[in-house]
Amino acid sequence: MAEYLLYPGCSMDSSARAYQQSLEAIAGPLGMTLTEVDDWNCCGATEYLGISTTPAYALIARNLAIAAAHANGPRTLLAPCSACYLNLAKADHGMAEEPRLNANVNEALAAGNLHYEPGSVDIRHLLDVMVHEIGLDDVKAKVTRPLTGLRVAPYLGCMVPRPDYHKRWSDPEHPTELDRLLKALGAEVIDFPLKTHCCGGHMTQIGPDTAYELIRRLLQAADQFKADVIATLCPMCQLNLDAYQGATNKHFGADFEIPILFFTQLVGLAFGFEAKELGFGSEMVKANHALKRIGVEPPPPTEEEERTKRRRRPRKDSKSLPMPRLSGERGAIDD
Amino acid sequence: MTTATTAPPAVPPHLRFLEEVSDATAGESRLEMCIQCGSCGGSCPPAADMDHSPRHLFAMIRAGMRDEALRSNTPWICVSCYHCVTRCPQEVRITDVMYTLKSMAIHAKLYEDSTAPDFSGTFVDMVEKYGRSFEFGLATRHYLKHFPLHLPSMASMGLGMLTKKRIKMKPKKIRQMKQLRAILDRAKGLEDHHG
Repeated sequence: MAEYLLYPGCSMDSSARAYQQSLEAIAGPLGMTLTEVDDWNCCGATEYLGISTTPAYALIARNLAIAAAHANGPRTLLAPCSACYLNLAKADHGMAEEPRLNANVNEALAAGNLHYEPGSVDIRHLLDVMVHEIGLDDVKAKVTRPLTGLRVAPYLGCMVPRPDYHKRWSDPEHPTELDRLLKALGAEVIDFPLKTHCCGGHMTQIGPDTAYELIRRLLQAADQFKADVIATLCPMCQLNLDAYQGATNKHFGADFEIPILFFTQLVGLAFGFEAKELGFGSEMVKANHALKRIGVEPPPPTEEEERTKRRRRPRKDSKSLPMPRLSGERGAIDD
Repeated sequence: MTTATTAPPAVPPHLRFLEEVSDATAGESRLEMCIQCGSCGGSCPPAADMDHSPRHLFAMIRAGMRDEALRSNTPWICVSCYHCVTRCPQEVRITDVMYTLKSMAIHAKLYEDSTAPDFSGTFVDMVEKYGRSFEFGLATRHYLKHFPLHLPSMASMGLGMLTKKRIKMKPKKIRQMKQLRAILDRAKGLEDHHG
């Protein structure tokens, strides 16, 4: 078993809980032991850096200092979220490169009795570890349910392959690592031209029209290639493409219906886990169709979903007068 | 103030804006190396919504157009995707320059017509209060303040996220909040020295 320090990031136990759940499921078969960084704090996303430099870097560096201080701990700091991964790597790289920044950040850390020597932890994204450290042969060996016939668009987003301080990826714009991993799972992988384009990031909050356009491009490209699902490796990408797919459709009068899944969920399916063990059912655009395609039973709707479904008013048959109907009768419950 | 003594005296004051931006950027910005080729704007996914392309903005900075540059919406539309950074033949740290321009615009109170500074500010407030970000509080506060008319159309999505347990109603707080505050307070003090 290889040990990894895990920096989960704020999204993993809320909007991206399917990512967390599927990562926990596949960690065992992949021989990974994950230890969470003690009392980690937010990485500041793309917001803090635009407010002030030293506090933004100090915020990130507190995590690096705690990670480095884990007694006899592993040196690899694993980040599944792209923005977290980039921020951790950016702070480490910036402090190594710029003595003034390093001095300022360490002076700030000293106020909390912490210190960080740049380079003392090896910051890596989950996909990087799976492809380059665990290796595709080991991944392939665990596949018991190949994803045969499932057309997948491999979508990395921007912050994992760029700016790539340690030259770990095959290309900053068209890296093939995710494609190769998905092929090892038996999936049919499309040559997704927008694989490292932006999902809109925080623009869904501050300038929705800008975000909808970026989301539309991605959905349209995946749709043109007749992808069944888009595989992502970032909570922000998943949130934007999944939760804002409805708003994007409304904005453009489109009708895209493409499930957005975390790549770890697909790994889990190929390893033989059940859908409910991998967080399926939490996606806004249902993946049921895609699951059935590979012979997996979709998770049953949750109690809350059943309740909100029942509360909906029955759709009226356009040809008849409104009459009370018995439950189970055709047209009685909106299904 | 200390930076003023290090500037070469021959440069007219308004032309020192480039130096100021470069100096405030973490690491080496390489902004002065820009050859105005336009690879940045051509690579930028949301360029259509910017009032000046990154190339144009860099020319303005070089020309010392301080107010105009800090009023530009360009840094606020930037999505930090690093497309331009990997394509720039001069290896200008464009994303970092955009971060610098944002914080300079906030300090100078020169940004216009953007809810972005407020969003960043709210995000930072939450992080400084809890140590973690809190999506629900952040999104609700922001939409209520800036896009109240969007709220009804967002409500069904929000409800869906809630029933799928993808939204937490309460923020999580880290244990060592006092330590984090001490670190951030000292960092802010250091920032003021050369800011």
